[in-house]
Amino acid sequence: MKKWKALSPQTRSDFITYGIVIAAFIVLRLLSAFGMLSNSLTGLLVPLCAYIIMAVSLNLTVGVLGELSLGHAGFMSVGAFSGVIACAGMESFIPNPIIRLLIAVVIGGVLAGITGFLIGIPVLRLRGDYLAIVTLAFGEIIKNIINCLYIGIDGAGLHISLVSSAELGLNSGRVVINGPVGAVGVQKISTFTFSFVLVMITLIVVLNIMRSRTGRAIMAVRDNRIAAESVGISITKYKMIAFITSAVLAGAAGVLFAMNYTSLSSSKFDFNQSILILVFVVLGGLGNIRGSIIATVILYLLPEILRPIQDYRMLIYSIVLIIVMLTTNSEKAKLYIGKIKARLTKKNAKGGEQGE
Amino acid sequence: MSKYVPIPSNRMLLERDVGKEPVLETHHLGIDFGGLTAVDDFELTIGKTEIAGLIGPNGAGKTTVFNLLTKVYHPTRGTILLNGKETTGMDTAAINRAGIARTFQNIRLFGAQTVEDNVKIGLHMHMKTNIWSDIFRLPSYWREEKKAQETALELLSIFDMQDLAKHQAGSLPYGAQRRLEIVRALATKPCLLLLDEPAAGMNPSETAELMDIIRKIRDDFHIAVLLIEHDMNLVMGICEGIVVLNYGKIIAKGTPEEIQSNPVVIEAYLGKKEEA
Ligand SMILES: Nc1ncnc2c1ncn2[C@@H]1O[C@H](COP(=O)(O)OP(=O)(O)OP(=O)(O)O)[C@@H](O)[C@H]1O
Ligand SMILES: [Mg+2]
Repeated sequence: MKKWKALSPQTRSDFITYGIVIAAFIVLRLLSAFGMLSNSLTGLLVPLCAYIIMAVSLNLTVGVLGELSLGHAGFMSVGAFSGVIACAGMESFIPNPIIRLLIAVVIGGVLAGITGFLIGIPVLRLRGDYLAIVTLAFGEIIKNIINCLYIGIDGAGLHISLVSSAELGLNSGRVVINGPVGAVGVQKISTFTFSFVLVMITLIVVLNIMRSRTGRAIMAVRDNRIAAESVGISITKYKMIAFITSAVLAGAAGVLFAMNYTSLSSSKFDFNQSILILVFVVLGGLGNIRGSIIATVILYLLPEILRPIQDYRMLIYSIVLIIVMLTTNSEKAKLYIGKIKARLTKKNAKGGEQGE
Repeated sequence: MSKYVPIPSNRMLLERDVGKEPVLETHHLGIDFGGLTAVDDFELTIGKTEIAGLIGPNGAGKTTVFNLLTKVYHPTRGTILLNGKETTGMDTAAINRAGIARTFQNIRLFGAQTVEDNVKIGLHMHMKTNIWSDIFRLPSYWREEKKAQETALELLSIFDMQDLAKHQAGSLPYGAQRRLEIVRALATKPCLLLLDEPAAGMNPSETAELMDIIRKIRDDFHIAVLLIEHDMNLVMGICEGIVVLNYGKIIAKGTPEEIQSNPVVIEAYLGKKEEA
């Protein structure tokens, strides 16, 4: 307990975040072991983890770096489809699905990162909200490219066409990406445990960056560009680091997401998807990683939990949206929550003293 | 006290700085904003250990000179030599790495961060970690963080601010924020420190203390200081050489005694003040 008090408030807060996620994982595991988790809810666990990674990684760009990105789903898409192709290619010689998934996640992350790099090079040098415009366009472009992409795999390797699946000229083998239909014949190899590990890795990466020299530089760029430059910080470099890291994580989340469905269309990763993730980030609080997780869990699971009361679903959903918005953004609400917190911790402290 | 003596390039340097490369030298420096010539034909030489002052009425172009020296604005004309090297093509960050650190007239702290983190951001270029050691918390991360922490507290102790380390920078009183900006600038290990109105908002006793500390900083860190200040007690008290700017042009240069008795300066600057 003494050691805990000696830690800085930030470190303590980070450990609480890790603790919450680990506890949630264990509880869900136990529930499912005792068969107390409905089928539909079980099916949501992997995508939920993917969305958490998306929200946390987008928070790195929007909250920590302070640049608006409207195409985060585009990076998810790059990861998802490259992951599907990579997995299909590895099926024949890597029998272990988890190893396949792991390699696919790395490939998807790296490719999304390279895409982020290519976008960042021209855009992040500029001042102003150009990133929002360019990422918006990027999301749409990626969606449309994959929409007219036909890719097949056979003994001879990868076949690519922009016309139709017949053009692929496959002897044996199978079609992996089939134009507007998207990815087909995907093996569902994502597991909840794997997703949990990926969420933890994401959290560690993002929080460790935030609490270090790199993160201080990124936040300095956000808070006062001229002051940051005046102490020798290279603005473009740190914008790139934050943006690319964010893209890599989104790519990894995309692979995780894709490997949870037997088929997947590129229209899944459209503008609405990007905005949904942005909503999670904004409602959870800019720069607040734990907030992103909580907002994602509530807003993603809520429609599912409310399914039995079908008619009132959207009504309750919107009320919750408003409440979340008020509590995270209104000064009065924050003060009130702070008071409750203070009272609770006081009680705890008293309890502790009596115990001793 | 050292005397000013002419050097071969036909400029003046303090006797003790003669023979060493001047830390800063500008030639015909100038900038136009649209039709307005904000600074013109600005010539300045600063020796290695000099404390120099830049004064002039409001809107004379003093802050603009700082912005030119640090490349926040790119000069329309002229050259800047830093330790004898041309700075053409350098940006603000490169200028800092080459040795100029500054404070801002309208304070630019990282207000949401702690006092300590503000100083650590100043130490950025002197911490030997990168993104990988930061993410994976390699030994170099722990070593450099510990070193930065110690250095930050040491630097804060110059202004006796080490107890404020965990406070939020934006919540400090005005004077403390100004002092923190100086600490942050010092953290970058400059050879020339530019202070834009460091005493603004300070009371006379705080100002007196600041004067001692500026001198102490020059002596302990072996650096040169160029400061802009409206408080004549401070300027005349610690500056060895003074440059007077009016409407973007240098109207006088000299020691505090020479400036105080210069009729042109009195008319343009001091005279105006007395009227008000
Ligand atoms: N970015 C800019 N664009 C246009 N004009 C500018 C710009 N920056 C400064 N100026 C003009 O240059 C002139 C000099 O301004 P500057 O801020 O350097 O004055 P100063 O000597 O620092 O005054 P003060 O004592 O009030 O701080 C002013 O007329 C100002 O309006
Ligand atoms: Mg000024």
